[in-house]
Amino acid sequence: MTEQFEPIIIGFTCNWCSYRAADLAGTARLKYPPNIRLIRMMCSGRMDPTFILKALSEGADGILLTGCHPGECHYLEQNYKALRRYLMLRRTLPQFGIEAKRVKLVWASAAEGVRLAREITTFVEEIRALGPLNWKDSRAYNNGYGVAEVEVSTEVPA
Amino acid sequence: MSAAPKSEKERVGVYVCHCGTNIAGIVDVEDVALWAKKELGDDGVVISRDYKFMCSSLGQELIEHDIEIEGLTRVVVAACSPHLHEATFRGACDRAGLNPYLCEMVSIREQVSWVTTDKVKATAKAKAMVASGVERVIHNEPLDRMYVPVHPDTLVVGGGIAGIQATLEISNSGNKVYLVEREPSIGGHMAQFDKTFPTLDCAACILTPRMVDVGNQPNVELYTWSEVERVDGYVGNFTVTIRKKARYIVEADCTGCGICWEKCPKKVIDDVFEAGLGYRKAVYTPFAQAVPKYPVIDTETCIYFQNGKCRACEKFCPTDAIDFNQEDEFITVTVGNIILATGYDTFDARRIPQYGYGRLANVFTSIEFERMCNAAGPTDGEIVMRDGVTKPKSVGIVHCVGSRDNRYNSYCSVICCMSSLKFAHVVKERTDAEVYEFYIDMRTAYKDYDEFYQRVLEEGTHFIRGKVAEITDAARQPGEEGKLIIQAEDTLISRQRRIPVDMVILSTALEPRPDSKEVGHKFGISCSANGWFIEKHPKLDPVATMTEGIFIAGAVQGPKDIPTSVAQGAAAAARVLCHIGQEQIELEPVRASVNADKCSGCRICNDLCPFNAILFHEDLMVTEINQALCQGCGTCVAACPAGAITGSGFTNNQIMAQIEGMLMFSESNGMTRVAEPVAA
Amino acid sequence: MEKYLLYPGCAMERSASAYLDSTMAIRDDIAIEFEEVKDWNCCGATEYISVAQTPAHALIGRNLALASQQINGTNTLVAGCSACYLNLSKTDNYMLEDDKLSEQVNVALSAGGLNYQPGTLKIRHLLDIILNDVGLAAIREKVIRPLKQLRIAPYYGCMITRPDPNKHFRNAEYPQSLDKVMRALGAEVIDYPMKTHCCGGHMTQISESTAYEMIRGLLYGATQYKADVMVTLCPMCQLNLDAYQENVNKHFKTNFNIPILYFTQLMGLAFGHDAEELGIGKEFVSPGKALAKIGIEIPEDQASPKTKRKKDDPSLPMPAMPKDEEVI
Repeated sequence: MTEQFEPIIIGFTCNWCSYRAADLAGTARLKYPPNIRLIRMMCSGRMDPTFILKALSEGADGILLTGCHPGECHYLEQNYKALRRYLMLRRTLPQFGIEAKRVKLVWASAAEGVRLAREITTFVEEIRALGPLNWKDSRAYNNGYGVAEVEVSTEVPA
Repeated sequence: MSAAPKSEKERVGVYVCHCGTNIAGIVDVEDVALWAKKELGDDGVVISRDYKFMCSSLGQELIEHDIEIEGLTRVVVAACSPHLHEATFRGACDRAGLNPYLCEMVSIREQVSWVTTDKVKATAKAKAMVASGVERVIHNEPLDRMYVPVHPDTLVVGGGIAGIQATLEISNSGNKVYLVEREPSIGGHMAQFDKTFPTLDCAACILTPRMVDVGNQPNVELYTWSEVERVDGYVGNFTVTIRKKARYIVEADCTGCGICWEKCPKKVIDDVFEAGLGYRKAVYTPFAQAVPKYPVIDTETCIYFQNGKCRACEKFCPTDAIDFNQEDEFITVTVGNIILATGYDTFDARRIPQYGYGRLANVFTSIEFERMCNAAGPTDGEIVMRDGVTKPKSVGIVHCVGSRDNRYNSYCSVICCMSSLKFAHVVKERTDAEVYEFYIDMRTAYKDYDEFYQRVLEEGTHFIRGKVAEITDAARQPGEEGKLIIQAEDTLISRQRRIPVDMVILSTALEPRPDSKEVGHKFGISCSANGWFIEKHPKLDPVATMTEGIFIAGAVQGPKDIPTSVAQGAAAAARVLCHIGQEQIELEPVRASVNADKCSGCRICNDLCPFNAILFHEDLMVTEINQALCQGCGTCVAACPAGAITGSGFTNNQIMAQIEGMLMFSESNGMTRVAEPVAA
Repeated sequence: MEKYLLYPGCAMERSASAYLDSTMAIRDDIAIEFEEVKDWNCCGATEYISVAQTPAHALIGRNLALASQQINGTNTLVAGCSACYLNLSKTDNYMLEDDKLSEQVNVALSAGGLNYQPGTLKIRHLLDIILNDVGLAAIREKVIRPLKQLRIAPYYGCMITRPDPNKHFRNAEYPQSLDKVMRALGAEVIDYPMKTHCCGGHMTQISESTAYEMIRGLLYGATQYKADVMVTLCPMCQLNLDAYQENVNKHFKTNFNIPILYFTQLMGLAFGHDAEELGIGKEFVSPGKALAKIGIEIPEDQASPKTKRKKDDPSLPMPAMPKDEEVI
């Protein structure tokens, strides 16, 4: 029976802006797909690329990173550091055979509940279009979709 | 890489809140509770309950009881957002004798029930969130709250009305205040005004007694003509270096007699206090009621400093108080709290050339007009045109110059409608001129403001609702020769109008100080996109900032009128006095610390901290993190290649476990386990 | 030598040939080389684009396509006429924003074997390249006959600064570019309040009285400020102000007698060229009286030094205006 593929997205939020935006989305009763599970950190700067790899290896199909807008970080500049790590990660992922599009960075301020909900909805669809990741030791997938062949990239992006 | 396994299983209690029907209406809470006991029992869940309102006293007592009787070592509450009740449940744990940081909240309301319509999927997501909470809390370590002592002295930066209010409140309570002001005298912009709306009180009359109080208050150390050079430290214990710029006047000997500025031969345009409309000497006090009374010498215009001649002031000073060799002094003080009240700057009307400011002689800005109206100003309070003599027979007042304009500042400057009405009233009072006001909206919101508007309406000022397109001297019709023509669309009658007037007053926007970003950086706070300092919460915490111990008050937080600035000054003072009264401040124990054994001295983390909390010990070749300065962002934790830095409260183990928990159960298999937490 | 592609436009070819002649005359002084677009066609002026948009854009697009074929060391297309400049700029920008329009235009162009990718060319006005590429310092250096004592009213016309999608001018309502260039020539530039007001354009053909009223306003503004000459950068403006000045005088019973010259002509005069070389002498209103002022070297007035402020002078000081190089 082919049901629609439901991706699992892990979202990393920062305590001051994007987590509050998610709270605001909740308070405003905005609806977004339940495919996303949010993890709260104090700052997007806490983002360790290994968290992302961990999540993808444990069965997540996509990762949404969020934080305060540049210039508005509660800890002044740490979101720039998160941005740097994200950009490097985007280059590294294809070398693992993972589409760079599976990880997305979105800035959301505490007032942007509507926007965050919209970004989540868009991202879920984007990942749905990409299909399941099925990382080798994937655990959450036991649902008989078949393994998608993911080519390991041999080209190193410039 | 995965979460390290624990040697002993914790005893975890899971509490799933119904929140009435807020959660229970969408998520099957009873199922979640049962599921948690069943599926997570192996991970340590020994108690799993659901309850209508966990935040109620009965709900909290459930937790307390289970901790005491069932010997719980970890607690997970699945309910609303931790921003609401994390403190509540941590308090419950604390009362029952469990370290409060061994309690985790999982949001299944804002994050699940309120944003999902599908009940089945919502319940599955709630289960995943609970699992993540349980897996995480197992790795929580007990943390101790940190307390730092509070130094009773306070630094107030900015001697305008907000800064003065804060200074008086704190110093009158018996605590010491250092008041640092950039200009030679305190008073700020309010000292420049003539009358204040809506009462039409004379600004100087109500301000100067306060200024004198500040000058006389023994608990206040007043540093004018000074700047804050450097700020180090953290709440309760800031080390501040103040640069006391050289006045070239020996304060101990100066009597404020004024002979020096009388005799000074160099007259220059006063760009600051007189807004470019009047003159001062090279040695001057900005205005007669200056506090302190000591003048300063402006080295850029002083003849002696420019080419070695003159020295008239020195010759004539009866107490030998002139010292040309004086140097800037650096004073270091320790304070517990800082209040920033550095005020605003005015919009440069030359940026809107079609309004003619700077090109057409009789176009004035609001601050210039304030000085003109002021009895102690350059025209002794006479309303005259630029030639200094002719009285205008018609005056146009233009609202929103640089405000509510996407090309310049999109915000509203709050006070200009009222000050424009004030100008209209003053012109009517002192001249026979016709007054025309060009407005977009009339913003007269506060106490007695709208009544003032009604009064001005009755006095006969003409109001035209339309944004002014152009102010020009190019006459097109008879009657426009020699006048300034204000062209605007009168939107209430849908017609273009050209109104010839003698004089135009532009109500210019309030803008942040040009160096606000640098100042913010110095104190460790940030500016919004518009340049005003960011408050902790726009609704509920307008005087605090995200940095503990630094407060803001007055127009520096956003354009506002005098009563609001005074209220904010007092509010900031109250917050500071609260800190001082408690004698110590509690800090969240979310901090980073370096394991010196693992640190290889690579110093990758050293440049990452904007709070300067990371120090490197050259002798030991290891990095150390100052626990009091660390704000807990975790950037260095993520950066350390050796994993030598631990971020308490958000350790790698905790986050990895959280991730695992979210992905451990397969939704398509009815949320049964598909993975064991992997052993290291 | 800076090289540019040149789109002269119909006016500069014929009725405003003085503009083209003077531009060519000064190009060595300012080290500029022009390569004319081969087989260019009319840009459609202001009419066509208001009547039939897509064909109008295709008409303009043909010029862009031809110019893009000549990209060789430069992809900047310069136009001297404001309307031509605006049309070229508009079509390029609209094609960039609107894929559908771009497609339609390229379908039309393909009929002639042409194609244009929007954004390929940088479209700029002659004044823009003279101010920003040549630069005030280079201009000042080449001045051998400073235009001292000549009071100039710089008239931009309404089109050059509006719309300005590529932000070539800092302030649309109060530009300073022409003022700065004229000042660099040594002239006294008046603070002309009507500098971006419309000259009436083709209203001279549609409703004379409306056009005359608009032209009258411009001329009156210049005389109010005692300008000796008005300087323009658009053939349409020059035509309206110059050729219709007599009609305006008749209509309003005024006696305006102010010559209208192109800014390149004044640059040429300052660089030492002959009036004839620059196409001066073809105007309706003779610039003889104005030019007599600069035919003779007038020494700086030594008799009246900078006046000191009198002791009991009641007048209030004016705010300082930013210098040419300053940005506020």
